[in-house]
Amino acid sequence: MASIRFESVRKVFGKVVAADDVTLEIKDGEFMVLLGPSGCGKTTLLRCLAGLERVDGGRVFIGEREVTDLAPRDRKIAMVFQSYAVFPHLTVFDNIAFGLKMQDRPRDEIKRRVAESARLLELADFLERYPAQLSGGQRQRVAVARAIVMQAAVLLMDEPLSNLDALLRLQMRAELKRLHQEIKATTIYVTHDQVEALSLGDRIAVMQNGRIVQCDAPMQLYDFPANKFVGGFIGTPPMNFLPGVVRVSDAKPVAVVGEAQIAPSAAFAPALALKNGQPILLGIRPENLVLTSSPQPNTIRARVLVVEPLGSHKLLTVQVGAEIAKVSVTPDERVAPNDDVWLRFDPEKIRWMDASTGETIR
Amino acid sequence: MRFKLESALPFGLLFPSVAFLALLILAPIGQAFLLAFQTETGEFALAAFQRMASDTAFNEAVRNTFLLLLTIVPLQIVLALAMALLIHARLRGQTLFLYVFAIPMAISDLAAGLVWLSIFTERGYLNSILQSLGWIQQPLLLLSYQNPQGIFAAVVVAESWRATAIVMVILVAGLQMIPRDFFEAAELFGAGTLKRTWYVVLPLLRPSLQTALIIRTLFAFQTFAVVFALAGRTLPVLAGEAYTWYYSNRNPAVAAAMAFLILLLSLLATVVYLRVLQVREEERAR
Repeated sequence: MASIRFESVRKVFGKVVAADDVTLEIKDGEFMVLLGPSGCGKTTLLRCLAGLERVDGGRVFIGEREVTDLAPRDRKIAMVFQSYAVFPHLTVFDNIAFGLKMQDRPRDEIKRRVAESARLLELADFLERYPAQLSGGQRQRVAVARAIVMQAAVLLMDEPLSNLDALLRLQMRAELKRLHQEIKATTIYVTHDQVEALSLGDRIAVMQNGRIVQCDAPMQLYDFPANKFVGGFIGTPPMNFLPGVVRVSDAKPVAVVGEAQIAPSAAFAPALALKNGQPILLGIRPENLVLTSSPQPNTIRARVLVVEPLGSHKLLTVQVGAEIAKVSVTPDERVAPNDDVWLRFDPEKIRWMDASTGETIR
Repeated sequence: MRFKLESALPFGLLFPSVAFLALLILAPIGQAFLLAFQTETGEFALAAFQRMASDTAFNEAVRNTFLLLLTIVPLQIVLALAMALLIHARLRGQTLFLYVFAIPMAISDLAAGLVWLSIFTERGYLNSILQSLGWIQQPLLLLSYQNPQGIFAAVVVAESWRATAIVMVILVAGLQMIPRDFFEAAELFGAGTLKRTWYVVLPLLRPSLQTALIIRTLFAFQTFAVVFALAGRTLPVLAGEAYTWYYSNRNPAVAAAMAFLILLLSLLATVVYLRVLQVREEERAR
């Protein structure tokens, strides 16, 4: 077992900085998700750890061993590729056994260990088949089995579920989580799917433009995004952002949003009180807005544009002044397009952000 | 009317290449067939083949052709694979490698033969260099009829230099079709350069190797100009004998019989390669 440490890792492709001074520590046995939009540098960071890319600066450690200049095969890692990279000319057995064969392990041991990981991934009946004779989901399992059979201290996964259809992805997601609980290898998992990240990660590192913007436990990340980007990237639908201006009267700050006045919770009042007259963003998640039929304190007038019944809840698209917002309500809420409604803000759930930088005010 | 035009279109598009093949390949084959199997009185007989086989140089030509083939083709495959892997490794200056390696492709085989003749001959570049270095006193008679091994080696060197590039180009193209992930996965799972080449690169390269082997073997059966330039008839080969029968002996029938033999051997080799290096359906990448 091993921890992982990136120290000021830098990687440049031409003029693009794919990893910009990234420092990140991953604990032994932790499931760390690297999350971000395409081109944010998450796969590059993973490949720097694998040794498939040479870093242009900084150092990489696995456990206490520095691996910055080691070849991939000397790093004692296993990896699941996005394309699976399951060898088409080898049977499932030979694919899973590949790494062990390269280490010249005794044949008995190879047989035993391949059988063991084939059992874990329910591939025992397919060992004699070739990859072309398997479904996409089965090939993905072969890729995972080939990685875990190595019993490497570090397991890397590069968007392993992105080529599966939606239902299979849901199934494999839970499967991977179970697998991690069983083998407990330190895992780094790259994805652009925030639901996958939330469901799998012990911690999630959100990346943007080659930097880690925030690294936290999933619910912490969801509830307290460090900035507008993280709030907008995580959650389906994402967080709503409404622009307002801070007004302070009698040392009590409020945000003026259109005609409405929204008061912050006690925790944020002191910070906001320092920003009299300054523009501000109110970040609030769709499920933290409550529909009321009459104006009350901390409510804002809105017009319903679209109602989408989604089974477990209804998703409303509403217009607030010039802004569009999403509101999630219970399925039995009676609401129709063109209704005028009032949205009540739960002050505890509002995240206040600097309008110019997008950084969350803490 | 419209329907007719549409159904005629594929045939129209095929016509030029079919006409080309018929005129320049099929017709000469038919002509050679008649030449080889027909006697002057118009009967069909194997006289030309008997004449061909009874010639003293025939056995030697068969032996030399196969010896050259068995030496040059494996040598070329190994060399070309090394060159292709070198280019594929994306080292600095890889395009320079590609261009330098590809130069011999632009030179006709007779010209290549003459270039190597000017190197290996008694007063050639090789002897001048060795003499000016003081390594030898007398020029080496590499291409003398008394030194068949020397001639054979010179032909092997010249042929390898001339025709390895085409194999390399086929293999580079083949390597580029293999997704990089396979190589990366192999490396990550512990395969060094040699193991990676043996267990991953070669099996995935089989379709390209098949193509390269077929092309090279067919050309090896036709080896002529380089041998002719370097050795004349001192090293008889099948295609050279066909030429001799036609021009020196003025016997088109035996020359055609020789050509037929080469065709037969080529077909046989192709079938063997297609069978042995076949990539089965289930082994193909999807």
